[in-house]
Amino acid sequence: MTDRRILAEFSYELKPVIKGYNRRTLYIDLGGKKIESKPVSDMMIDKFVGGKGFDLYLMWHGVKDDTKWNDPENELCIAFGPLCGNTSYPGSGKSIVTTISPLTGIPVDCNVGGHFGPYAKFSGWDAIEIQGKADEEVIVYIDGDAGKVKIMSAPDKETNSHILAENLINEFAENPDKRQFVSVVSAGQGAENVLISCLNFSFWDKRRKVARLKQAGRGGTGTVLRDKKLKALVVKYSGLKGDTNNPVDLETLQKTGLKLHKEIEEGDATQCRMREVGTAHLVEIMNDYDLLPVKNFKYGQSDEASSLSSGEFKKLFTQGLPDGCWFGCSLSCCKAVDGFVPRTGPYKGQTVSVDGPEYETVGGCGSNLCIWDPKDVVELNFYCDTYGIDTISFGTSCAFAMECYEYGILNKERTGGIDLTWGNADGVFELIHQMARGEGFGVIVGQGVKRMKEVFARNYNADPKLLQDIGMEAKGLEFSQYLSKESLAQQGGYTFALKGPQHDEAWLIFMDMVNNRIPTFEDKAEALHYFPMFRTWFGLQGLCKLPWNDIEPANNAETDEPAKVPEHVQNYVDIYKAITGKPMDKHELIRQSERVYNFQKVFCMRMGKGRRSDDIPPYRAVGPVTEEEYLSRQERYDSLLQSKQGIDPAGKPTAEKMSLLREYREDQYQQLIDAVYKRKGWTPEGIPTIEHLQSIGMDLPEVIEVVKRYL
Amino acid sequence: MKSLKTYPENCVACHVCESACSNLYFKVDDPEKSRIRITETDSQPRMNACTQCGICVQSCPTLALSINSQGVVMVNQALCIGCYMCIAACPTGSMFRTIGAITPFKCVACGACTKTCPADAIRIEENKES
Repeated sequence: MTDRRILAEFSYELKPVIKGYNRRTLYIDLGGKKIESKPVSDMMIDKFVGGKGFDLYLMWHGVKDDTKWNDPENELCIAFGPLCGNTSYPGSGKSIVTTISPLTGIPVDCNVGGHFGPYAKFSGWDAIEIQGKADEEVIVYIDGDAGKVKIMSAPDKETNSHILAENLINEFAENPDKRQFVSVVSAGQGAENVLISCLNFSFWDKRRKVARLKQAGRGGTGTVLRDKKLKALVVKYSGLKGDTNNPVDLETLQKTGLKLHKEIEEGDATQCRMREVGTAHLVEIMNDYDLLPVKNFKYGQSDEASSLSSGEFKKLFTQGLPDGCWFGCSLSCCKAVDGFVPRTGPYKGQTVSVDGPEYETVGGCGSNLCIWDPKDVVELNFYCDTYGIDTISFGTSCAFAMECYEYGILNKERTGGIDLTWGNADGVFELIHQMARGEGFGVIVGQGVKRMKEVFARNYNADPKLLQDIGMEAKGLEFSQYLSKESLAQQGGYTFALKGPQHDEAWLIFMDMVNNRIPTFEDKAEALHYFPMFRTWFGLQGLCKLPWNDIEPANNAETDEPAKVPEHVQNYVDIYKAITGKPMDKHELIRQSERVYNFQKVFCMRMGKGRRSDDIPPYRAVGPVTEEEYLSRQERYDSLLQSKQGIDPAGKPTAEKMSLLREYREDQYQQLIDAVYKRKGWTPEGIPTIEHLQSIGMDLPEVIEVVKRYL
Repeated sequence: MKSLKTYPENCVACHVCESACSNLYFKVDDPEKSRIRITETDSQPRMNACTQCGICVQSCPTLALSINSQGVVMVNQALCIGCYMCIAACPTGSMFRTIGAITPFKCVACGACTKTCPADAIRIEENKES
């Protein structure tokens, strides 16, 4: 048992959740050692709903216009949403984390599984708002059984999550049989030294008897946690039942959930095989469609990708266990490699259990770096997680460094002896261990692509234009692992995303590139309005996106709008009404999101971004930067020159054709921006108009005041 | 392994087994609350009761389902969080729920119904091999 001093203690009245809400949030000031309860007003529920909406509302009032990520007033908020924690409908255990991101300087939001969210909610809180910096290492402990919140000293020797989470679970569980009632949020040593960090949310796996970890991956949330000298948040809640969320209509909730359970039972094995291999099933699909990132997104395909196919990972995954990150999720996509023995680093030779890898990790830490051994990908996954490093930003940052190495911008002298030739896993392992140790070239890579571009241009005289073209970041955040070059809509899906280029706002590649269902600018703009709004709703409610369209009803293809999965949209309407008792239909669902989405947009403007120029992707995301990229798809590009631009490519040098294609594609992207901004109710500069804000009910005085500065 | 074996060729669809079961466990005469279900068809009745195959046990995220020393799958109410993944996972549709209750229920091979059957259509049998 770790010897802890109680630095602050707060007692609160335990009350049941009513219709999905506690109607109070928990505020913790680590600097002032202050803990208090804040009421949730009707206005907050009406306009911000919960989850990410509450996070952003609390943060807005906690930070200043010029707050930087490492200022004491920056907040780390974790909220849950009214639907979070129900055990009936698959994918209902999500927490949403927001903070001012070290990578982007604007709010980042992450949707993360694990038991922390539901337990913290049922402990009595709709959101947790953490501000200030502790003057010594601390943990925050929420005891939802006793109604106490404590700030406690953290003399723990361990920081890395796979050990720290397990230690804290063992410490705070009443006995080993009750470890499932404790969950931990932590970040590892890497998060102390680099910006491309994440948070780990645990859930105790009763069968494997290990703490599993799910990641709030994007934007450097782990770095904020450690900058506050917060080692972990721990929650204990032992009272979970099937009706703890206290819905108004349990019967409808249960029936709707059961309907989806049966659909998954019948359909998953022939659809996405989420229960068998999780999101890793995407690897072979993306490779087939030329969308799997290879060599820093130069190519979308490789003959070697079969070695990273889901079949290869299936051989490593322990099968046949209910791998849901929250109770009642029959889609059960999180897989684990049990009995894994790392070959490098501080845990070399030890036996560990590794979560994943998911598709993004396979793309980021595998194909994009030309690392083709699945065990190396599992090991990078393990170290990223336990060190608190985001596998997506890690992969994209390493890929950028490797391409710079290929071009001679970097060499062994500049990397401190590390060979960053494509595919050299040992070099990549050295980078990640350096990130954890806080030394060497790894720390530079760990600042992310945006800062590497600045360093390489300044120190190594690299061509800033080339760095801009191949550096796969926008707004400061690294791209996630899909090739968007041949899908104009997805270029927008990535780059309009408020927090930076993550695919969770829109994934339109099949609709656009493969099936050509959204051919005009207006069609694309409609999709880039609807899907980001629809997907935002999951973050307001505490839900996971996957059970929406990673399983589809058998007759979905016959519906009017199969891409929307209409039956599942209706399920969401039904369970929202069943839990909250409030009116809802598919239009109000979008409107709820639109209010929060526009609030987040204005929040970005308030922090100095949210401009049209922030929505421009690097050219690597739009078209071929290098001749070899052009030549790898020459037939496609030559034919486009002819059909779209009326230019005969015959006899033209590649460089000229590249230039003509680039001019065309960059112009198309600008036209896309115009169409999308118009559809979203924004000016051509990307500013939400006051009329639009009034029409959706997001015309709070503080919002209008910011908008007026830009109009 | 102990289980309730059904012989639909003998069943006369009198439904007394359902009454016996729902009266024993829910104190009401309601076939929707019975752990054995008789469905009348144009030919012989369909009889549905748990075969104790154990597939549901694998699906339970809280380990609320377990197989006892007699080979019977039991539901631990204290651990169950009412997610109903077991209902969907059951290959024979023999895990049930009812309005107003959180915990699902199933045949535990208690044999109470067998004593009421007039047609010898249900028997408790033990298979030592399994």
